[in-house]
Amino acid sequence: MTDIFQQFDPLKGTRLQIMGEDGGILNETAALRPAELTDEAIQKAYEKMLFMKMADQKANNLQRTGRMGTYASIRGQEAIQVAAGLTMNRDDWLIPAFRELGIMWMHGVPMENIYVYWMGNELGSLPPPGVNCLPIAIAIASQAVHAVGIGMGMKKKKETKVAVTFFGDGATSEGDFHEALNCAGVFKANTVFICQNNHWAISVPRSHQTAAPTLAQKAIAYGIPGIQVDGNDLLAMHVAISTALARARAGLGATLIEAYTYRLGDHTTSDDAKKYRDPAEVEPWKIRDPVLRLQKYLAAHTNPQTQQPLWSQAYEDELTARYEKEIETIVEKAQAVAYNPTDIFDYTYAELTPRLAQQRADMTTRIEIQQPQQ
Amino acid sequence: METQKLNIVEAINLALKQEMERDPSVIIFGEDVGKDGGVFRVTDKLQDQFGEERVFDSPLGESGIAGMAIGLSIYGFKPVVEVQFDGFYMQMFDQMIQNAARMRNRSRGRYTCPFVVRVPSGGGIKALEHHSESIETYVAHTPGLKVVYPSTPYDAKGLLLAAIRDPDPVIFMEPKRLYRAIKQEVPLEDYIIPIGQANVLQEGTDLTIIAWGAMVREAQKAIADTQANPATAQLSIELIDLRTISPMDEATILASVNKTGRLIIVQEANKTFGPGAEIAALVAEKALYSLKCPIQRVAAPDVTVPYLKAENWYLPDAFQIQQAIAAAMI
Repeated sequence: MTDIFQQFDPLKGTRLQIMGEDGGILNETAALRPAELTDEAIQKAYEKMLFMKMADQKANNLQRTGRMGTYASIRGQEAIQVAAGLTMNRDDWLIPAFRELGIMWMHGVPMENIYVYWMGNELGSLPPPGVNCLPIAIAIASQAVHAVGIGMGMKKKKETKVAVTFFGDGATSEGDFHEALNCAGVFKANTVFICQNNHWAISVPRSHQTAAPTLAQKAIAYGIPGIQVDGNDLLAMHVAISTALARARAGLGATLIEAYTYRLGDHTTSDDAKKYRDPAEVEPWKIRDPVLRLQKYLAAHTNPQTQQPLWSQAYEDELTARYEKEIETIVEKAQAVAYNPTDIFDYTYAELTPRLAQQRADMTTRIEIQQPQQ
Repeated sequence: METQKLNIVEAINLALKQEMERDPSVIIFGEDVGKDGGVFRVTDKLQDQFGEERVFDSPLGESGIAGMAIGLSIYGFKPVVEVQFDGFYMQMFDQMIQNAARMRNRSRGRYTCPFVVRVPSGGGIKALEHHSESIETYVAHTPGLKVVYPSTPYDAKGLLLAAIRDPDPVIFMEPKRLYRAIKQEVPLEDYIIPIGQANVLQEGTDLTIIAWGAMVREAQKAIADTQANPATAQLSIELIDLRTISPMDEATILASVNKTGRLIIVQEANKTFGPGAEIAALVAEKALYSLKCPIQRVAAPDVTVPYLKAENWYLPDAFQIQQAIAAAMI
C-alpha cells in the first residue's frame, strides 16, 4: 500500500485529491481510488449526501420559522461526513462538535434526535442503544481530548475500535486541540482527528488562526501523521479516513486529517457573513460544491445494465420528492416529542440530593400555577 | 449636560470609543471583535476608527486571550478583552485565577494586571449550551478579581470606564438579554460609577430586594405588579441594584436591612454558594437582630443551565419574586 502520508506530506504543500472539480478522476491519483467505491456505490453515497443536504436546509428553515433554535449548517461539507459514515464501523465511537448533522445521522443517530437537540431539548443528545455518539460539543475543541481518552480506552482493552472526532479550523487554536494531539501521540490512542477546515471561524478567516501554511502539519510536531485532503472530494476523503481508521485498528495510533473545505453559509442562523466576508470569495467554492461534483461524475457514467446515466434531472427530482416527504415526517415526530421541564433536575447526579428534590418539588408546584398562564 | 438615548450595547460601545480616544494604551481584542464588531456588535466600527493595531481579532482560544491580556497589561497596555459568551469564560478560568488575580500579590506589587474581561452574560435569549450562564459565583470567589454586573445603559458606561481605569483585573458582566431591551439617556461626557457602590433604585421601608444584572428588571416587574394589586399596593419596597458583586457594598446593604427588617435576594446564578449566600451571611453577621422574617433567596435551581426549552422555567422571574414578597409579608 502506498503511504499516503509520505506521498501527501503537508510540509511539501501537497493535498490529496482524486476527483477533480469537474467530476473527472485525476490521472495521477486514479490508482488510489478505493475498490469498494464502484459507480453504484458512488450513486448510493450521492443519495446519502443529498438527503443530508436537504435535512440541513430543513433545519435552517425550521429556525427561520421559529420552530428550532440556533442551527449550524453543514452546507458544503457533506462529502467529509458521507466519507466518514461509509468508512466508520457501527461500533466505532463518534465524538462530534456541532457542525456534524451528516456524520451523526450516518453513524446511527436518528435525524429526529438531531432536530430535537437543535429544538432545545437535551433528549436529542440521547442516542438509541448501540449507537456510540457523544453529545454535541459546543465548547470549541473540548471534545478532541475526550476522543483521546476513549481511543486510549479502546487500546487498553486491546480492541480494534476507533474514536473519531470532528472539529473546525478554529479549534486548532485552542489549547485542548494541542493537548489532544500530544496525548494521542504519546499514548498511541485509537483516535482519528478530522478537522473540517471550512476556512471561517465565525468572522475570523483560517489565515488568522495560524501562521502555519496548513493545519495538517500540526500533527508532525506531535509525532502523528497528518494529511491535507480535498474535503469536497468524496473519494479522497474516503481514502484518507479509511487509512487512518486502519492505522488505529492496527494499533499504530492516531492520525490528523485536515479536510480542506468551505463554509458556504453563515456560521449559524444567528450570523450574517455578509458583514465580514467578501461574497466574491464564495463564488469559486460554489463550483467546488461536493454535491455538484458527485452529480457531474454520476452524469458522466452509466449504469452497465440500463446504459442510462447514473444521474439525471428526473432521478434528482424523484429523490428530492421522496426525501422531502421523509424529512417532513421526521419534523413532525421531532415536534411531537414531549418536554418535561422538571427533567432538568433528574440527571444532575445519579440520585437526587435532598436539596434538589425540594427544588424539583417547588418547580412542579410553580408549573401547575404558571403553566395555565403561559 | 448633553445626553443621548442609548441601549446597553450602544452605551458600552460609546464608553470604549471615548476611553480609546482618551487613553492610547487601551486596546481591544477577542474573538470576532474586529470587522464583525463582536457577535453582539458591542465593538462595532471600533476597528474602523482605531485600526487593527488597537482593535483586533484573536485566534480562537480563550485561555490565550486572558494570558495575552495579562502580559500586555504587565507591559503597560490596558486591554479590554471580550469572551464571546459566559460559558467560554471557563476556558480562561485558569489564567484568570492562577495568574491575573495573583500577579500583584505574587510580585508584591511590582507587576499588575489592569485589564477588563467583558463577558456577555446570562440567559433569556434562547441560545445554545454554554451561551446562557451567569458566572458571578465562580469569579467573585477569587481574591484579586473585581466583578461588576450593570443593569442599565447609564451604569454600563460609567462602570466600564471605572473598570478600565481600575488598577486591578475586572470581570465586566453584561446582561445580554437586556442589551437592547432598555434605552436610557446617557451623558456623552466622561463620568464614572465607582466600583463597589450599590445603587438604591427605589427607597422603601417594609422590605429590601437586592438584585443585579438582568434580575433587576425582574424585581422591578415584581414590584410593579405588587403595587398594581390593591391588596399589596401600600407595601413600601426598597430595591437595591448591587452593580458590583465584588467588592460588595456592605454599608448600603446593612443600612437598608436595618431600616426594613426584611430581605429578598434575587440572583440569576445557581442558588447554592452564590453571592446571595454571601449577602445573607453578611446580614446574619451584622444585622441579624433587625430581621423581622427569614431572608429569602430567589435564584436558579442547582442544575446545569438547560437548553432553550426549559430556559424560562430555570430562570428566576417576577412571579417567583412576587411569591417571595408575599411570603415575607405574612
